[in-house]
Amino acid sequence: MIISKDDVQKVANLARIELNQEELNLFSGQLESVLEFIEKLKKADVSSIQPMSHILDIQWFDCAHHGNVLRADVLRESLPNALALKNAPESLKGHFRVPKVIE
Amino acid sequence: MYETVIGLEVHVQLKTRTKAFCGCLNEFGSGANTRTCPVCLGFPGSLPVLNEMAFEHGMKVALALNCQIQNFTKFDRKNYFYPDLPKNYQISQYDLPLALDGGLKIKINPSATLRIDGERSRTIKDKEKTIPVKRVHLEEDAGKLIHEGQDSLVDYNRAGVPLLEIVTEPMINSPDEAYEYLSELKAILKYLEVSDCDMEKGSLRCDANISLRLPGEKKLGTKTELKNMNSFKAVREALHYEIKRQAGILESGQRIIQETLLWDEALSRTVAMRSKEEAMDYRYFPEPDLPGFVLSEEKIRAVKDNLPELPQALKQRFIRDYGLSDYDVEILAQEKQVADYFEACFKVYPRAKSISNWLIGPISYELNSRNLDIQSLGLKPPELTALISFVDQEKISNLSAKEVLTERLNSKNTIEEIIKEKDLLQIRDSGELSAIIDAVLGANQKSVQDYLSGKTGAMMFLVGQAMRQSKGKANPKIAQEMLKERLKNA
Repeated sequence: MIISKDDVQKVANLARIELNQEELNLFSGQLESVLEFIEKLKKADVSSIQPMSHILDIQWFDCAHHGNVLRADVLRESLPNALALKNAPESLKGHFRVPKVIE
Repeated sequence: MYETVIGLEVHVQLKTRTKAFCGCLNEFGSGANTRTCPVCLGFPGSLPVLNEMAFEHGMKVALALNCQIQNFTKFDRKNYFYPDLPKNYQISQYDLPLALDGGLKIKINPSATLRIDGERSRTIKDKEKTIPVKRVHLEEDAGKLIHEGQDSLVDYNRAGVPLLEIVTEPMINSPDEAYEYLSELKAILKYLEVSDCDMEKGSLRCDANISLRLPGEKKLGTKTELKNMNSFKAVREALHYEIKRQAGILESGQRIIQETLLWDEALSRTVAMRSKEEAMDYRYFPEPDLPGFVLSEEKIRAVKDNLPELPQALKQRFIRDYGLSDYDVEILAQEKQVADYFEACFKVYPRAKSISNWLIGPISYELNSRNLDIQSLGLKPPELTALISFVDQEKISNLSAKEVLTERLNSKNTIEEIIKEKDLLQIRDSGELSAIIDAVLGANQKSVQDYLSGKTGAMMFLVGQAMRQSKGKANPKIAQEMLKERLKNA
């Protein structure tokens, strides 16, 4: 076993996903096979390959900005308050309203 | 005695027109949730694009702190659930930050220098120390929560505002060093014009970690993290408090618990934050919505070549070019605007020491009492120098000049009008003074006799009487000369 049920439960908690026993078993198995595949990948010889942090290798683009994708600091219209709040389950005085959280 | 080890983490909001990853206005004070869009609200399908101004501001700060800008930098997601974070992750930087390994030079004993007067401070050599800056990275700010009754209300106007995080190595050894580091850092940020650095408004925030160890010990002691300090003074106080608290625990043979403490300003003590059940696990991973960034040597050099003059260079130049003391320069250079104002004054009236005295004294008094900065004071440099020249030429007394300054700031009248209207011009005309001197001599025969019999102290009394007789307008030097002259012939 690469991943224990406790690990799966912990990851589920971190992602705020509630799992019942059946789901826990199901996903533990699935994650196990994903991780087994990763174990296989680990054996590949990557000594000649640069680490990749994005599927687009930015250094391939060779334009004036050296390929960097940047935005000019120019104002764009924001959403009106009512529209911004439209999908909120609850709102109050122009704010998103959530159950009280205090650290 | 223990050795104190402090590390500081500063978050500074960058002054850009728009947010870090979207075109919403970067500004507070507007109505709640009126500066938001699908990107900063984290709506599905929206994509962030980095603001080039935020990127450049970050590079400037990194270079000003002598950091190594990395040739390749990328963003990562820092994952946690909290209602102020609309996407449930913060776009931040993890393993490939914008810049690494810099340092900031501070004076170790500046408070002692500032306490003594300007002339003597020249003779005291300040020790210098470089505080190593570990990393500088870009990230986005979170929204703002207001707790009301059973609810928490969220305003996302601040969500997505560009932040720069500046982290030192744990190599600060006293609360005073921490204070000095923060002051120098703030000065640099203000000179670069990349942030307002207003701690009260939250545009600059500082967290500290602190531990104690026995001298000579190589390993760091268990640290605590201090949060919620709203001024540099509060940082210094909180650190002092924490040193005492930790030393007390260690001396009684107990161990320090690693925890986060909140500074309670009103009670002047730290309070433990309720510890979370689980340790935070942010599960950083590369931000797939943003490609990485390549920074060529040419680009880095271009930004470096365009850096403005920084505080330490300006201070050296002011001492060299204007012959001002360390003390004067230390105060003038605190605010770039004041230093600029000084130079504008010097251009029209090249008497550096007079201008410096006026800026450090009466002007700074007016700024404090009116809670204004020098630009919003509404006094043009030539107006100030006109006033100073009246004093330097002994046309009005120093005391009157301060009165004129206050009056000028309260009204729209010119310096000249106020002096005329208040009839403040000193009497220098010997004819006019002559009558006053006569009257004083006539009315104070006893003092005249005292003076003539060798009691030189009586002269001061006579000068005082002349001042009184003239309602403060007599030029005291001239009055004294005339009195002496008259009594010599008596």
